Amino acid sequence: MTEQVAVLSTWQSEFKLRHPSMTYVEQAQEAAAGCMAKVSMCPDDIDAIVYSLAPTAFMGVADADRWAIDHIFGAGKPMLRVHTGGATGGSVVQAAHALVRSGMYRTVMIVGAERISETPDAQKVLNQIFDPFYEKDMPLQTITAVALMANTYMRRHGITQEDVARLVVRQRRNALLNPHAHLKGNITVDDVMASPMIAYPFKLFDICPRSSGGAAMIVGNMDAARQWQTRPAFITGVGAVSDSNWIGDRIVPSAEYDFIDWKLMRVAGRAAFERAGITDPIHQVQVAEVYDAFSIQGLTQLEQLGFCASGTGFLLEGEGAWEMDGGQVAVCPSGGTLCTNPIAVAGLVRAIEAANQVMGTAGGHQVKNVRRSLATAVGGIAQFLTCSVFSHEPYEAH
Amino acid sequence: MSKNLTPQSVITEEVTLRYDYALGEVAGTFMDGLKQRKILATRCSKSGMVYLPPRAFCERSFEKCDGWIEAGHEGVIEASTVVLRGFEGSRPPPIAVAFVRLDGVHSAIANYVEGLDLSDTERAMDRLAPGTRVRVQFVPEPQGRVTDFYFVLAQ
Repeated sequence: MTEQVAVLSTWQSEFKLRHPSMTYVEQAQEAAAGCMAKVSMCPDDIDAIVYSLAPTAFMGVADADRWAIDHIFGAGKPMLRVHTGGATGGSVVQAAHALVRSGMYRTVMIVGAERISETPDAQKVLNQIFDPFYEKDMPLQTITAVALMANTYMRRHGITQEDVARLVVRQRRNALLNPHAHLKGNITVDDVMASPMIAYPFKLFDICPRSSGGAAMIVGNMDAARQWQTRPAFITGVGAVSDSNWIGDRIVPSAEYDFIDWKLMRVAGRAAFERAGITDPIHQVQVAEVYDAFSIQGLTQLEQLGFCASGTGFLLEGEGAWEMDGGQVAVCPSGGTLCTNPIAVAGLVRAIEAANQVMGTAGGHQVKNVRRSLATAVGGIAQFLTCSVFSHEPYEAH
Repeated sequence: MSKNLTPQSVITEEVTLRYDYALGEVAGTFMDGLKQRKILATRCSKSGMVYLPPRAFCERSFEKCDGWIEAGHEGVIEASTVVLRGFEGSRPPPIAVAFVRLDGVHSAIANYVEGLDLSDTERAMDRLAPGTRVRVQFVPEPQGRVTDFYFVLAQ
């Protein structure tokens, strides 16, 4: 006997470079308390906690889940921390989903916070994820590693930097409607092209900001949904997959899953769509909150998820296919990770945004008539991938 | 809290940690090879895969890698980039990096590309396009680190 998994409440802070008015744990507490208060729940109503915490070297307190226990009302409850790098926020949702679906708990709170700017050495922290013998002597971090992939992808499919810049323009514009978003504004393709080159082909505007803030989501079974939420979103499909640490194995002809085209996302997507009964994503999914720390990342995932053919995502961008109004699918109406990247909770924010769209609570960037949405998350050098589907109907209704 | 208080804003700390990463037999053999200007890859006779960086175990055949092969000193670029700013590494930018699949090996290994004019980034990236052949050069006195060698364009 499996249980339905409903999203009962979501909460996110404003995301910006720094929140000097509070500490890291106070930021997590604000999210936990805010998420419960929104649906008049109290700590006793939460059966278990899944804590969303990625590399702690950013904010400098090792394994800060321990530090946060009191602040998130965890004392006396089962609590587990999940860490899959940038995919952490996707993995926590899937862990909580499993805990409720299995019948183990009636309600689970997912919560976390991020404070990347507490160190000026964030890029050094990200270099520390590489192999100390063969890779760390190179200038490899997330920006350069994804830039390497992007150059081969763009040459393979004939995509120009201007094609990619159009996505940045759309998402910064989308973010104008999202009070939680970090970077936002009406910019032009020329502005993107004129921003300083960091690692070819990525210019400053192709790269996510270092965001601080907190986020939380409470999920529960159908019984809990009846008690606390009149219009829940249901999690109806989850898929996750991981791949080799060796970039050099993933970009060669013998690769099992070609990293250049993000073939691995097809695996996570297929698992999620099968559970969610999705056979024709472009007609069945209205909002895609794909995890795009870099301009190139979101549409490559969309291609592998079956919304369009491999290599065509950026051509369709130019035709307006991913616009919030009048597009085929609204891609990152929130502005996406490209505009807001609090690493430890960035994937959770994708899930919150996707759930809010189904619940009709997205606010200024609410898309009309959303029946299904999806959220992805990406961690490591695209080594941990998750895809989760949110629906207005529970599982059995398919 | 009283509004006429201006709280102190930060506590500053600098953390230095030291590590001695154990190389193990496989990586240790690779580093010894570099000192003799050899790039050593491991091979699994069951799957036929030749791995660089070398592996102890073939995850495809579920067997131990059972041989060493000297990789060719030429190969083909699979991915490349020129880093212009934003990274405070051991070398000042601009720097070119590529993942290269050396002849006789199935996987690609990363290293710097030297001897390329990086003043025009677009032109440099054209010259570093995937499929371009490069060759290996060694530093005058190899130390047993991966940076003992680098790539230059084959022509």
